[in-house]
Amino acid sequence: MSKDPIITARDVNVFYGDKQALNGISLDVPRHKVTSLIGPSGCGKSTFLRSINRMNDLVDICRVEGDIKIEGKNIYDKDVDVVALRAHVGMVFQKPNPFPKSIFENVIYGPKIHGLIKSKSDAEEIVEKSLRRAGLWKEVADRLQEPGTSLSGGQQQRLCIARAIAVQPSIILMDEPASALDPIATAVIEELIDELRAKYTIIIVTHSMQQAARVSQRTAFFHMGDLVEAGPTKELFTTPKDERTQNYISGRIG
Amino acid sequence: MTKLFTSAEAHLKARHRSEWRFRWLGRLAILFSLGFLAIMLVSITLLGKGALSRAEIALTVDLTEASTLEDVNAKKTLRNALFATFPEVTSRGEKRALLKLLSPDSGYELARQIEANPALLGQSPTLWFTASDDIDQYTKGAVDITQPENRRQLKDTTLGWVQALESRGALRSVFNTAFFTSGDSREPELAGIFSALVGSILSLTVCFALSFPLGIMAALYLEEFSKKSRWSDFIEVNINNLAAVPSIVFGLLGMAVFLNTFGLPRSSPLVGGMVLALMTLPTIIIASRAALRSVPPSIREAALGMGATGVQTTFHHVLPLALPGMLTGAIVGMARALGETAPLIMIGMVAFIVDVPNGFTDAATSLPVQIFLWADSPERGFLEKTSAAILVLLGLLIVMNLVAIVLRKKFERRF
Repeated sequence: MSKDPIITARDVNVFYGDKQALNGISLDVPRHKVTSLIGPSGCGKSTFLRSINRMNDLVDICRVEGDIKIEGKNIYDKDVDVVALRAHVGMVFQKPNPFPKSIFENVIYGPKIHGLIKSKSDAEEIVEKSLRRAGLWKEVADRLQEPGTSLSGGQQQRLCIARAIAVQPSIILMDEPASALDPIATAVIEELIDELRAKYTIIIVTHSMQQAARVSQRTAFFHMGDLVEAGPTKELFTTPKDERTQNYISGRIG
Repeated sequence: MTKLFTSAEAHLKARHRSEWRFRWLGRLAILFSLGFLAIMLVSITLLGKGALSRAEIALTVDLTEASTLEDVNAKKTLRNALFATFPEVTSRGEKRALLKLLSPDSGYELARQIEANPALLGQSPTLWFTASDDIDQYTKGAVDITQPENRRQLKDTTLGWVQALESRGALRSVFNTAFFTSGDSREPELAGIFSALVGSILSLTVCFALSFPLGIMAALYLEEFSKKSRWSDFIEVNINNLAAVPSIVFGLLGMAVFLNTFGLPRSSPLVGGMVLALMTLPTIIIASRAALRSVPPSIREAALGMGATGVQTTFHHVLPLALPGMLTGAIVGMARALGETAPLIMIGMVAFIVDVPNGFTDAATSLPVQIFLWADSPERGFLEKTSAAILVLLGLLIVMNLVAIVLRKKFERRF
């Protein structure tokens, strides 16, 4: 396991009603690196991702056991405020989901509800900084008041990333962020992820092994609710230890 | 090669024919319903247009003796004016019939005219007075004078006088403002829609003020906050059932609870609105829940993923998107409440009310109840009032729907 991980998960079991979706996952996520979670559909990678910012709480029948520690603090402790947690752990979803409001309002919404802005110039500064970081500033600088939904799919996804980083999280979770985009928009997003690594820790769920290989430094392979294997991306793809990993990356399962 | 695209020719033809048939069936159905709507509107308009005019008789009244309004005995002055117009009338019975040319309200009309123009005092001016409903109906051609005398309300002697007035140019038809400005009356020529209209508007205001916020809150809680449980299922089934409960049952409930238990004022728009709110609430809740369900979950995820609380997510993002749908549902419910008669009868809003209600606790009636009361009256003059009141009710419904459309367009956001 790597040194000084930002997230340490130990024996995480997740149940949907009676059905167990994750079986005792233990995983360390290193700081300022991109970790990708791969595996066939229904293997539990998205469930694990959503356990990290407790989005699973929204599912009535979902139950999480075990420890997920961020900076040493178990996020399932009673004294953890979900709202504060989610400000710390941002999320980008599979389908771009900007609010049906202006681009400006989309970005400023998070800082606003978390009380990060004091003045109008603060707001403008945050919006510009976030959009710049998401590589969208040049494209939208002169039309901040237009609805976020008027942008193209790739731009919308970058707007969602800008929205997530506007609240200054330390971790960004991405649930197949490029699966609804065309190859060119995907390439832009992948480049962006690589740049964001300098400031944030990123966990990305992806269906595409090429994408995992391109953007991530570490990869974890999930299969049927088990964490089969985790390690540096290069190692996992070239010398997988487990037969199931071998089969998956060579296209025999999945 | 030639068989390509033609192998199933017979079958294909049948399929196209059935498609063609179905389209025409649909068009016919629409034409049919539009036709009936047109028939209904035309017939109501034809029947109701009479209510917009009323007959007036010109009389030369002798005010030479009077110097102030108090000196004028309006009734006597009018009687003398009538007798002077028809000096040939001498017998007691005929004199009585002659007095019935005028509406019972004409004494007040004289007083009002003098009040508006005191210069009339000391003169003998020719003034116009509202004719009684029989004459009014005659001028509108509603009396069939070819019928034998004993089969009609308007007797031959009266008819002679009216024709005499007509030939002298002392009979005219004017726009009936009283229909829009006065309350109910036993006399059709004096009856108006205004008090019922005000009663309806007051009741609907109470109804909206109660049911819209309550309905939206209930829908928001059930849809966005409550956990699915046996209780929430039970509540859902009950709300759906309540929407189908006959409205008169709500009237009974209102009578038992609001009037008898809480002792709220009978026949008042307050209680009427409360009863209508009970009735509208399930409709609004169901429509609002449907509107909330149509908001894509990705919007909720986006907001919650940002660290918004449930309430922030709901009020900043979900509610604005669902509001147009909620408004539409509310207006549909309100439109139903506007046309409701039965529950209002149960709480006493069926009373004969002449005065225009001044507040929520005054005795009042409502448009549909007024229509029901007029439809029940024997006088022919009320027939046109009934139709005209229906037109007013329909007009109000159209206005409400327009408001709904405008609001929806204004708030609508694409996502």
